[in-house]
Amino acid sequence: MGKFSRLGNDLYNGRRSIDFVGRKWLWYAMSAVIVLVAVAGLTVKGLNMGIEFTGGAQYRVQLNPSQVTQSTADELRRAVAGTGVENASAPVVTTAGSDAILVQTEPLDGPESAAVVDAIVATTGIDPAAQLSQSEIGASWGKEVAKRSLTGLVVFLVLVSLFIWAYFRQWKMSVAAIVALAHDVVITIGIYALSGFDVSPATVTGVLTILGFSLYDTVVVFDKVRENTRNLRETKRTYAEQANLAVNQTLVRSINTSLVALLPVGAILYVGAVQLGSGSLKDLALALFVGMAAGAYSSIFIATPLLVQLKSNENEIVLAERRAKARRRNAADAYATVPAFSEDMPMRASDDGVPDDEAPRPTVAAGRVVRADGATGRGRVAPPARGPVGLSGASGRQQPSRKTRSKRGKK
Amino acid sequence: MAARGARPGRTLIAFFVVLAISYGLVAIGGSWKPELGLDLQGGTRITLIAKDSPTPESLTEAADIIDQRVNGSGVSEAEVTTQGNRFVVVEIPGKSRRDLVDTVKRQAQLRFRLVACSTLRPCGDSSISPGESPGGVTVPGVQNSPSPKSRAPFSTVHKNAEPSSEPGAEPSDAPSQAPAESPFGDPLTWMNNPSPAWVKAFNAFSCPSDGSLPLVDDNADKPLITCDDQGVKYLLTTAMIEGTELKRAEAVVPDQQVSWVVSLAFDRAGTKKFTEISRALFGTQDQFAVVLDGQVLSAPTMNGLITNGEAQISGEFTEASASSLATSLKFGALPIAFEKDPPVETVGPSLAGDQLRAGITAGLAGLILVMIYCLFYYRGLGVVVIVSLIVAAALTYSMVLLLSATAGFTLSLPGIAGLIVAVGITADSFIVFFERIRDEMRDGKSMRVAVESGWIRARNTCLAADTVSLLAATVLYIFAAGVVKGFAFALGLSTIIDLAVFFWFTHPMVSWLARFSFFNKGHKYSGLDAGNLGTDRVPVGGTA
Repeated sequence: MGKFSRLGNDLYNGRRSIDFVGRKWLWYAMSAVIVLVAVAGLTVKGLNMGIEFTGGAQYRVQLNPSQVTQSTADELRRAVAGTGVENASAPVVTTAGSDAILVQTEPLDGPESAAVVDAIVATTGIDPAAQLSQSEIGASWGKEVAKRSLTGLVVFLVLVSLFIWAYFRQWKMSVAAIVALAHDVVITIGIYALSGFDVSPATVTGVLTILGFSLYDTVVVFDKVRENTRNLRETKRTYAEQANLAVNQTLVRSINTSLVALLPVGAILYVGAVQLGSGSLKDLALALFVGMAAGAYSSIFIATPLLVQLKSNENEIVLAERRAKARRRNAADAYATVPAFSEDMPMRASDDGVPDDEAPRPTVAAGRVVRADGATGRGRVAPPARGPVGLSGASGRQQPSRKTRSKRGKK
Repeated sequence: MAARGARPGRTLIAFFVVLAISYGLVAIGGSWKPELGLDLQGGTRITLIAKDSPTPESLTEAADIIDQRVNGSGVSEAEVTTQGNRFVVVEIPGKSRRDLVDTVKRQAQLRFRLVACSTLRPCGDSSISPGESPGGVTVPGVQNSPSPKSRAPFSTVHKNAEPSSEPGAEPSDAPSQAPAESPFGDPLTWMNNPSPAWVKAFNAFSCPSDGSLPLVDDNADKPLITCDDQGVKYLLTTAMIEGTELKRAEAVVPDQQVSWVVSLAFDRAGTKKFTEISRALFGTQDQFAVVLDGQVLSAPTMNGLITNGEAQISGEFTEASASSLATSLKFGALPIAFEKDPPVETVGPSLAGDQLRAGITAGLAGLILVMIYCLFYYRGLGVVVIVSLIVAAALTYSMVLLLSATAGFTLSLPGIAGLIVAVGITADSFIVFFERIRDEMRDGKSMRVAVESGWIRARNTCLAADTVSLLAATVLYIFAAGVVKGFAFALGLSTIIDLAVFFWFTHPMVSWLARFSFFNKGHKYSGLDAGNLGTDRVPVGGTA
């Protein structure tokens, strides 16, 4: 824990920093691969829509009142799910009134239906001719519901873009946040398709939660970005650096929040998928788990680098960048590359016959100095001169002449 | 900021008073367990059977309208499906209520007609004797209703004259010969000069004696002979205003009255026609009638000139029946009629019994992990997180109880999972806050200063982020249906509670704790010691 805390402090004051913004192409590539896998899963495997969306078949099983209990219903559910018929893998089984149990499945063809009927008969021992009736049911989540939900989604996206724009006063933040959101939703839906779980209303609920959560997380990170970049002129750093610092400073928060949010969902997912194996619990938990993880990832690795990239050609940002560069150049130690002498110093830097004292110097070629890279001021690298260095004190331009006080004002 | 010294304690006390009040309200409500949703607890299934064989489109349309009606009041998460080609199945959580059955099955065909004759007020002098000519005032071909309906031939009128005393003794279904071919012209004229064939039919008609609805074919383009629930029979003109011309319908108790009414507001066209009626009837003893599904609800006279398009339907309403009628009217009439007494049965939960228990166990296990993590990482402050989460849970539970008592809120599995997930968002506020405090202390501020300056920054972040969540919840609530609606409600609720706890519990709590030297001197287990902050020295402020 001590190390983690120390890391928190180092991340805060920038002593240690992970280059989230600079290595953006790496993160983009990673996300692109995941998104491609998700889209492939979506197109190849497709979503397996549940009864609520497709409608299906309903079997009404007439039983003695003594048999109509929740445990019989549970048994029937297991039996029907155990038939191996794909469309009957997630049946809805309920007691109805005091003398019947309803079994609902997705649409079945003849032999599949026969298999389900066999399973029902084997479980309850009824006479299929007299006590079993079959009917068709429509979708409870018809087109109308889907249309209204989509309208709601569009309205939400528009409103939330406007809100982010109004709060941060930067429409580019809205764009970055929405891109990150789309990234999360595509990944969530794709992985859901790959998992082969049925899409139930619980799934839709889960995906909708992601909308809120992903944007929530992005807003928290962007808030810090805005705070850090408010006074670029004073901080004398580039936008990219300040944004990166912001991500690093919120990193501990992001890790903590993700853990706190994912632990309960993970527990529900484990119980739902591994121990129970069916029901809407696992649908919801899977959508949430993937979506929240993607949401936390995307606000750090996608939204912020994208924001920096979007803003990189803004006038102010370019100026700040130039200022920071110039400042860094000036701050560099001019004599940094001169090696200090020590006893065990090798007397020859290399075997190519270059005299020792010339080795670290900038190479002079055709009157032009090749600059040494990486004058960060931290290493021992001397900054290169701007032009050919003459013997005079003037570095190729008019120098201010400082006269002694007694000579000032006189010609 | 002046009286900051006294504030945290006061805010905390106020917060706990509010919490206590909410539980007091719950105690008055009397139920300590929330209503569970269809999937967890089961509910009532109403199977509506269409009268004729409707087209699949109109059946689906009817199902949609019923869906809006049952879910219109918010959060009960009822399910509506079509079944076969003439069934609509409505599943509602909880026990069956009579008014709910009425709400779903009522066709809600509302029409305003004028009264030509009634039992209490015989037909006008000139037209009471059958056989007299209808007079030359009717304007042939003028029809007041928007579209002629393609219904079965007109079948309202009795042929047999003998009064029947049986309930539901129907007017015959056979089309009557005389009235069918007459054009009815302007209802305002027709009212005073009803055609003799209709008057004859009216005189022959008799109402069921027990006040039940006579079976009539309520066709907007034809006059109507029907009764109200007192057994008074009416001869009514063609429809003047239709239910589609309503803008608004709600159940209210008007000022200075005690009984419930359904207040109506017409749209522009409806207002115009209503004004016309009002002009014509004001000052006379002529009545107009509000007809719902063929039955006269009330037949008032015009006591004033009403030109603003506002009207009321009064009657012997209870709150439940008034709001049921208002809901039915609000979402429009069903395109098809349903059989009278639909089968109502209770259904069991659709989820296996172990799902709820497993889900809650898993959620709790996850929460305990969260608490252990918080304690481990934040130590002393971790206790604040845990207490805050417990307080938030208590507040949420009381709100859920209150809302299930007042707004019919039911907890389904997604709802419960949503509440557990909300822990993430709730805890995030605290994490943002604490990380801010620690950052401020890393900058060299003392804890008491760090708490306040960290608070100001964390507050803005959390407000912005929670606004996004609230926005999501609100939009989803307005647009989505069924389960999603309930979920959106739960999300919005937990976000608001998060803000309330964050503002009125966590912050004052931390401000208060900052007075103790355990925290502000950076005790080893306070979560704010040097080792935990990762700095070398804890800034200690003045005289703490």
